[in-house]
Amino acid sequence: MNSLIRSTVRCLRSGPTVCLLRPADGLVRAASARFLCAATDLQKDLGEMVKKDKVVVFIKGTPGQPMCGFSNAVVQILRMHGVDHYASYNVLEDQELREGVKVFSNWPTIPQVYFNGEFVGGCDILLQMHQNGDLVEELKKLGIHSALLDAEKESK
Amino acid sequence: MLPSVSRCTRHITVSLSVTRSLAHFRPHMDPDPNRPMERTIRTKLTDKFKPDHLEVHNESYMHAVPPGSETHFRVLVVSSQFAGLPLIQRHRLVNEVLKEELSSCVHALAIQAKAPEQWAMDPTLGKSPPCMGGSKGDPTVEEKLKAGRD
Repeated sequence: MNSLIRSTVRCLRSGPTVCLLRPADGLVRAASARFLCAATDLQKDLGEMVKKDKVVVFIKGTPGQPMCGFSNAVVQILRMHGVDHYASYNVLEDQELREGVKVFSNWPTIPQVYFNGEFVGGCDILLQMHQNGDLVEELKKLGIHSALLDAEKESK
Repeated sequence: MLPSVSRCTRHITVSLSVTRSLAHFRPHMDPDPNRPMERTIRTKLTDKFKPDHLEVHNESYMHAVPPGSETHFRVLVVSSQFAGLPLIQRHRLVNEVLKEELSSCVHALAIQAKAPEQWAMDPTLGKSPPCMGGSKGDPTVEEKLKAGRD
């Protein structure tokens, strides 16, 4: 497995927490200290950051220690579907990132979820997608097999 | 039965699976003058969406902010304007209407935006997850609280 901390090339901004959840391990180490970037650089880098991984989330806290109930809900939903590899950015560690991602997404709140570089929405939308079955389908399009499909199969 | 009372009864019935304090329930016909942000949100959502049903809940009490704050809200908007629109577009419409509030006092906004048929099939209010204390000591929240006071 590659290093779990990825740093962007063009910007000195800290990398995400790349979340790899294993039952015994819990979450991996958090992002390192933050650096400053010009606002325009940040918008450009966000464009890269959201495409680097299939699933990218901007939350308060980390997947191992969410600091907000809504952010935690996103983490839990992904966990339920067995999404165990995604990039997670802690906006509480970086005020510029926090404001920059809101501008980038044209979305006023955190958490924010991206699939394949495309903005999906916040906690409410992810929850509704989970409840109505759309999330399983969207993960399938990403090449991610939802764990809930296996659970459903076993229960039959 | 008065319409406002029957609305109250309906909400009590459907909220069996939702734990929220009934003391904070406000029928949309009865805005609280001491809660200007709640009033503004109701007015703007009503004007824009002409909703069949609207609920605006101040959930600030559930978070690490001082009593009486108006920083965290949950809104339920049932409007034919949402018919056929994907979720993200619906939410963007709501965000746009409340743009000013979201850039000043409102820190968190949980949205349910349903078309009337969807509401008829599932007339339940969502439940916000428990606070994990992130607002405490958060400078962004401090700014929002100050904006609310000014």
